[in-house]
Amino acid sequence: MLIALFALTALALVFGAILGYAAIRFKVEADPLVDQIDDILPQTQCGQCGYPGCRPYAEAIANGDAINKCPPGGDAAIKKLAALMGVEATPLDGAQTPAIKRVAYIREDECIGCTKCIQACPVDAIVGASKQMHTVITDECTGCDLCVEPCPVNCIDMLPVPTSVERWKWDLKAIPVKMVETN
Amino acid sequence: MTSLFQQIKSGMLWDFHGGIHPPARKTQTSQKPLGRLNLPERLFIPLRQHIGVAGKLLVQAGDYVLKGQPLTAADNAMAVPVHAPTSGHILAIDEHPSAHPSALPEPMIVLVPDGLEQWRERHPLDPELITRQQILARIQDAGIAGMGGAGFPTHIKSSASQGVDYLIINAAECEPYITADDMLMQSEAETIMQGIDILCDLLSPKAVLIGIEDDKPRAIAAMQQACANRKDFYVRVVPAKYPSGGEKQLIQRLTSKEVPAGRRPLDIGIVMQNVGTAFAIAQAVLHDIPLISRIVTVVGETLSRPQNVLALVGTPVGFLLDSCGFAAEAKQRVIMGGPMMGFTLPSLQIPIVKTSNCIIAPSNAELPAAGPELDCIRCGACAEACPATLLPQQLLWFSKAKDHDKLKEHHLSDCIECGACAYVCPSEIPLVHYYRVAKAEIREQHRDEVKAEQAKARFEARNERLEREKQERMAKNQALAAQRQSMLAVQQKQQIAEAASRVEPLAEALSKEQIIAERERKKAEARAYQAAKALTAQTDSTSSHSEPATEVAPTTNAEVAASADPRQSAVAAAIARAKAKKAASSGEVAETNQSPTNQSPTNNAVAEPVSPAETATEIPAPTASAESSKASDPRAAAVAAAIARAKAKKAANSGEIAPASHAEASLSDENHAEANNSPAQNVAAEPVTHAETATEMPAPTASAETSKATDPRTAAVAAAIARAKAKKAASISEAAQLGTAQFVENGVAITAPPVAAQSRDMSATELKQVISAPNEETTAPEHTVVVDVVTAEIGTADVVTADVVNAEIVNAEIVTAAKSVTHAAIDPKKAAIAAAIARAKAKKASDQSQEKSE
Repeated sequence: MLIALFALTALALVFGAILGYAAIRFKVEADPLVDQIDDILPQTQCGQCGYPGCRPYAEAIANGDAINKCPPGGDAAIKKLAALMGVEATPLDGAQTPAIKRVAYIREDECIGCTKCIQACPVDAIVGASKQMHTVITDECTGCDLCVEPCPVNCIDMLPVPTSVERWKWDLKAIPVKMVETN
Repeated sequence: MTSLFQQIKSGMLWDFHGGIHPPARKTQTSQKPLGRLNLPERLFIPLRQHIGVAGKLLVQAGDYVLKGQPLTAADNAMAVPVHAPTSGHILAIDEHPSAHPSALPEPMIVLVPDGLEQWRERHPLDPELITRQQILARIQDAGIAGMGGAGFPTHIKSSASQGVDYLIINAAECEPYITADDMLMQSEAETIMQGIDILCDLLSPKAVLIGIEDDKPRAIAAMQQACANRKDFYVRVVPAKYPSGGEKQLIQRLTSKEVPAGRRPLDIGIVMQNVGTAFAIAQAVLHDIPLISRIVTVVGETLSRPQNVLALVGTPVGFLLDSCGFAAEAKQRVIMGGPMMGFTLPSLQIPIVKTSNCIIAPSNAELPAAGPELDCIRCGACAEACPATLLPQQLLWFSKAKDHDKLKEHHLSDCIECGACAYVCPSEIPLVHYYRVAKAEIREQHRDEVKAEQAKARFEARNERLEREKQERMAKNQALAAQRQSMLAVQQKQQIAEAASRVEPLAEALSKEQIIAERERKKAEARAYQAAKALTAQTDSTSSHSEPATEVAPTTNAEVAASADPRQSAVAAAIARAKAKKAASSGEVAETNQSPTNQSPTNNAVAEPVSPAETATEIPAPTASAESSKASDPRAAAVAAAIARAKAKKAANSGEIAPASHAEASLSDENHAEANNSPAQNVAAEPVTHAETATEMPAPTASAETSKATDPRTAAVAAAIARAKAKKAASISEAAQLGTAQFVENGVAITAPPVAAQSRDMSATELKQVISAPNEETTAPEHTVVVDVVTAEIGTADVVTADVVNAEIVNAEIVTAAKSVTHAAIDPKKAAIAAAIARAKAKKASDQSQEKSE
């Protein structure tokens, strides 16, 4: 009886010690939730969610904010966030409309070189200098709209990204029957 | 057990999973001779006809080009040029529907043939004498891209550096209807062999396998004959089965090897070229004929003469069909490519490109349009037919559900889009279309992810940079502040010493207690004034935002009058625009103030801005006229345009602006009325009142000051106070940006000298010095100058002023204002009040600057 008690206690102590050591020695630094959320968000930094950038919104979601405030991410992002957070995927917030992909375009002959749009751009996608014409690096532009408002002469347009042959998506309805006009 | 190589040598064949046996329908064209066409009226030559990027354009509209002349130049490895298929003039280079399922417009060269077929100079090469690099360069320069359908640049595929076991020539041509390769082999077997020889030189494979389906007996005979005297060339006849012409499928049939998912055949030591590509290589190297024409099968029951034709690249499909006796049916479809993998054309103007091997114009009975799509019955026929051993019905579900992770798990990317699954589907589900949509979406999503990653990196880099700049600025400010502190400490000591020496005689008249009491009283006064001011500010706070816009009108005029410099006026115009924009946004606020301001009896001054939105219009007007006199300046036009745009933007919010302008107009009227009341002080009074409106100075003080306007010295005082206030207003108001502050001060700078001239000479120099230090970012030396003046002038001031100097060192300008107040004042009582006001202001300013620095 006593021997059994001692044996079990000794075993418990030994295993406890091993487990305790392992917990410290082989600690796995789990990917924090905010980072995971941030990876899902589209990183346009547009602020349409009401937060100044994607990371602040990711933090807000981690603290329990709604997941349906990101128009650039659209339904795909909401679905992923729902899966990650274990909540139900809700449609996009009523006040916000899902965005078509657009990029900023500066009408260069009208630009007065005030640099206001450069300061507004969250991803440094506008190049130019004071009193010099500015232009947008379209490949880097996230289409966040933030440069449009500061422009004092309204020379920035948001243009939809043109479809090219490479980016064209097969249109299910258009493929099977499309009649050729006869001469 | 024989080795794999021996098995292959002995003629062993394997099989791939699945596959279908659609009716071949090749006899319509395979027995007929190759047709030759007249020249079409126009050729549409797309700049890009392969996978990769278009070359750099070498010609322009109106140029005359010779046959075979390059129209574009390859400037990188993934580009291959296009050539003029015949001699003629270039009509235009513009966008036309492309030979792609989307038919999206792509840039094309429109060539009008002249019918002379004039060749450029040709330089045939001897493969025995030239280097590998020269051959590869020639292949690229000849514009050769895989002619089997995908159009991968051949020179890249042929420049493999690693060892190649087998060169497989794909002549399977497994799709129904198509006989273009069959025709080529029948007529040009020897040239094809020369092309294969060149490929062997490049790749040095152990063996060459030519895979031909068994439904082309004539082609097989011709190829076997051509191979007869070549070592390790094997013609392999495979039983017809769709899609044995697929790259991976043919490799499996001929060598039993499977290409791993996501890898290329080269990774397992195999290179595959289409038979048409081999022919094109021979033509390019041995005869210097670039890829300008190809054999196209034109077939279908609506044609009276279906046949293979040698078509120039760029020939419109409609012209080809008409040459073959096309009689269109109702709801006619025209398919480019085979019936399994091709696509219907939305227009007959679409040109033949390097990869087009077949044009089908079927009758409705021959190839009926797809019926309505029914539900999947889970019969599994598609899985049996799939040559890539995928699970098509699972892929269908996941495609419909847009479950991209599951699609990846089920290897959607391995689908070759052969259409076998859709062919066998009893429910007529267009499975391949679903897969294509899903593939495009996955590609797009991947692109987005990459872009998001980049955007994130850039955003973080930007934040880091901003933070760093902020830190640097703070460090700099701190260093400057410390420097200033140490300098002032020295000066303070001097001042205290001086003040003490001055106080000495005074002390006889005034006891210490009295001085303290006096000081307390003044502090209380200042507090009371602060409270009163806060109250006024609260009630008027709504209007204060709209004020800067009001100031602009007269000041701008003054400046424009003063300066003939076009640059200055350009700056003025830009600032005016910014103001106008701001006025637009705050218009709503100003509206609330409309009724009280309108009641002021200033109707006589109608000459000033009255009509809505005129304030904004008036500002640019003088500027524009000033510049239009220098009409030669192109900037003037740009400025005018910018103003117009700013106005347009303003007009967008015009609903609220109109009343706002009313308010502004009446306000400026008021100013003018006031100015007229004291004609002697015209110059001084105007800036004062403007400054007042800006800071919402309580009425009593303002009137008190203006009533004292008869005294020239008090005018200087008033101007100084006004200036201080204006400065403060500039720093307070969010809207009053740097430009506003400078603007106000510029206005003062112009009006100040006459004022100063009326007062003492000393104060004139002071004022100038003060004004020359426009904002808080003034460098230390300038501050020192001002403070020096303070020290110099302190002799006539009382102890209170010294106190002010001691306490408020932050804003040198306000200190100077206080000083000049004291200096100018004859009446000691007046001076005390003015000093108290100045002190209060200075305190407030220092609070604000502290807030700012925080």
